[in-house]
Amino acid sequence: MNKIILIIKREYLSRVRKKSFLIMTILGPILMAGLILAPLLIESPNTEEQTLWVCDDSGLFESKFEKLEAINTQIFEQSVEEVKLLFKESDALAFVHIPDTSGITLKELENNINVFAHKPISMTIKKMISRNIEAVIESIKLKNEGLTRATINKTRADVNLNTIIMSESGSEQIGSTEIAMGLSMFGGFLIYIFIFLYGAMVMRGVMEEKTSRIVEIIISSIKPFQLMMGKIIGVALVGFTQFALWILLTFALSTVATRILVNPTELNPTELIEVAEAARSPEITQGNEMSIILTQLSSFNIPLLLSMFLFYFVGGYLMYGSLFAAIGASVESETDTQQFIMPITIPLLFAFFSLQIILENPDSSLAFWVSIFPLTSPIVMMGRLPFDPPIWEIALSMVLLIIGFIFTSWIAGRVYRVGILMYGQKVNYKTLWKWIKQS
Amino acid sequence: MNVLEINSVSKSYSNHLALDDVSLVVPEGQIFGLLGPNGAGKTSLIRIINQITMPDKGALFFNGQPLNSNHISEIGYLPEERGLYKKMKVGEQALYLAQLKGLSEKEAKKALKVWFERFEITPWWNKKVEELSKGMAQKIQFITTVLHQPKLLIFDEPFSGFDPINATLIKDEILRLKEQGTSIIFSTHRMESVEELCDHIALIDQSKKILDGPIAEIKEQYKQQIYKVDFATTDLTFLENLPQHLQLISKNKHQAEIQIANESSASDLIRFLIDQSDIKGFEEKVPNINEIFIRTVKENLA
Repeated sequence: MNKIILIIKREYLSRVRKKSFLIMTILGPILMAGLILAPLLIESPNTEEQTLWVCDDSGLFESKFEKLEAINTQIFEQSVEEVKLLFKESDALAFVHIPDTSGITLKELENNINVFAHKPISMTIKKMISRNIEAVIESIKLKNEGLTRATINKTRADVNLNTIIMSESGSEQIGSTEIAMGLSMFGGFLIYIFIFLYGAMVMRGVMEEKTSRIVEIIISSIKPFQLMMGKIIGVALVGFTQFALWILLTFALSTVATRILVNPTELNPTELIEVAEAARSPEITQGNEMSIILTQLSSFNIPLLLSMFLFYFVGGYLMYGSLFAAIGASVESETDTQQFIMPITIPLLFAFFSLQIILENPDSSLAFWVSIFPLTSPIVMMGRLPFDPPIWEIALSMVLLIIGFIFTSWIAGRVYRVGILMYGQKVNYKTLWKWIKQS
Repeated sequence: MNVLEINSVSKSYSNHLALDDVSLVVPEGQIFGLLGPNGAGKTSLIRIINQITMPDKGALFFNGQPLNSNHISEIGYLPEERGLYKKMKVGEQALYLAQLKGLSEKEAKKALKVWFERFEITPWWNKKVEELSKGMAQKIQFITTVLHQPKLLIFDEPFSGFDPINATLIKDEILRLKEQGTSIIFSTHRMESVEELCDHIALIDQSKKILDGPIAEIKEQYKQQIYKVDFATTDLTFLENLPQHLQLISKNKHQAEIQIANESSASDLIRFLIDQSDIKGFEEKVPNINEIFIRTVKENLA
């Protein structure tokens, strides 16, 4: 027992201390944060000094434009032609010309507002300009109809459907398909990634021991099975460490980056709330959505879900990890691994793709079989859990996963113990079978 | 007292029989040469002694007790195919291997310090193994094998990869360990080192033990009554007409090897030769291990 801890310690420390671990740990969150922030960065207007010129012959809209804060506005009193000439020489972003309203209808005005620019301007800016103008026009129209904005706001309705799941036990709970799907996809995806990333790491570790010929020295002190399990557990701990660091760093990075990159004034509600179409401020909307998500999340049994996730996460990894170890022991070079990795990849890929079908129909017979079979259950059962599958199915799937793990590690142990000392032999499935049978 | 007893051990792999009813006794405090051609079953036997694999049949006794996992810390094994973790630092790795053999970190550090100083390799402690030459890595492996002061040491081709200077260093260390009372099993193809080091040998061929005993006895047993004679004259024509019971094996200018074919003694030969010529030297030709090895394996094949 003491020795297996030594093995785990070495496997863990030797990997965590590697430069590649550090690089991956730092690079991972940067990539993740990048993915999260990329849309924000693309959407947010260029923060360089940009000036919008406005020439408002009607005099109705100036006040609206003066309040713009993301972009500097400059109001011109001169005639359009003069401003146009000036604009040609300037480096201002765009020049908005609103014609005089006297003598034309509002309808005509709506189609007669021009924006001059040196080069095509972004959708965001266009929208912002038109929104400002629309808000004023709408207010005028409302006044003409004898209504106020307050009346309109009072009459607005917003419906959120509450899905109530009536389980067999008779209890009713509020659930949301979207969140359930999101959660289960994410859980399944994490397990899938983890198995591949760290299963392959186990395999390479075993191969390294075999090709560097240190293995015979080690197994003269410790049983091959202990060495194998020590490696699998050690690598799992490396994985947990890396995942934990990734989550922490991603969280920290994206919080900091959001603070820096997104100008808070853009989210200023008091101003935007007046604006007609986009009247609902993002913050209030977000707040609503967050609270909905939270109530729906609390409808799931979070501790149960989390402990099940851990169970399938660890169980799935251990089972596949031992198979990866057996592959590493059977081959002498990375290129030879392909033929053996294939049959491991197939159930994993199958589980991952059927997960998406199953989410549409979580009670199909496909869903049942795939979430029972140990090679696919870690990914699929995780996906079914938010849909409240029968308890006995969960129990059966868990028991089968444990049996599956014992069985695969037994098989893997037998292949490992022979394979690790075999050099210069062409290994195929027939030889593997011989190794398994060998006493 | 015997450090190791092997009683009719058999082991078969899926396609062949590696050991067929092999019995051996390794006496305490001696160097025991385990010889045999490639593929004879030596490595299989050594792996069984190290409990890396289990025998199909037979039993092993270590110091009189049935061999079990408690004995792992009393055995040191230097395999023929050996290596180290390339990316690990020398000192860290040596500590790790010593701890696997059951030493505490503190004990291991202390013992390693002594050995590193003895081999004058203390500056290597923080180097990565991949920075070392093959011979340097072999030294580290030797140290990690003997560090935990095992009662029984098993060396499989210990000198491969060493230059003559370091080979001598290792040889002296092996002899020193023997003097301290360690029993040593020594497997090699280099017969001159067997001759030099071993007290006792066993020869395994085609999965069977075909020869076993103290070196002196085996040599005695393999003597063929051949005598090497130095003559004063160069005219050796008289050798053409030897009596029936004497056979000329070879001759050159003033030397000849003569075998006595029947029960008669060396004195009879001398008596005969003195009458023919002056004798400058006379010595019995004792077979070396190399000749014994080749002869027994060939006979076994026949």
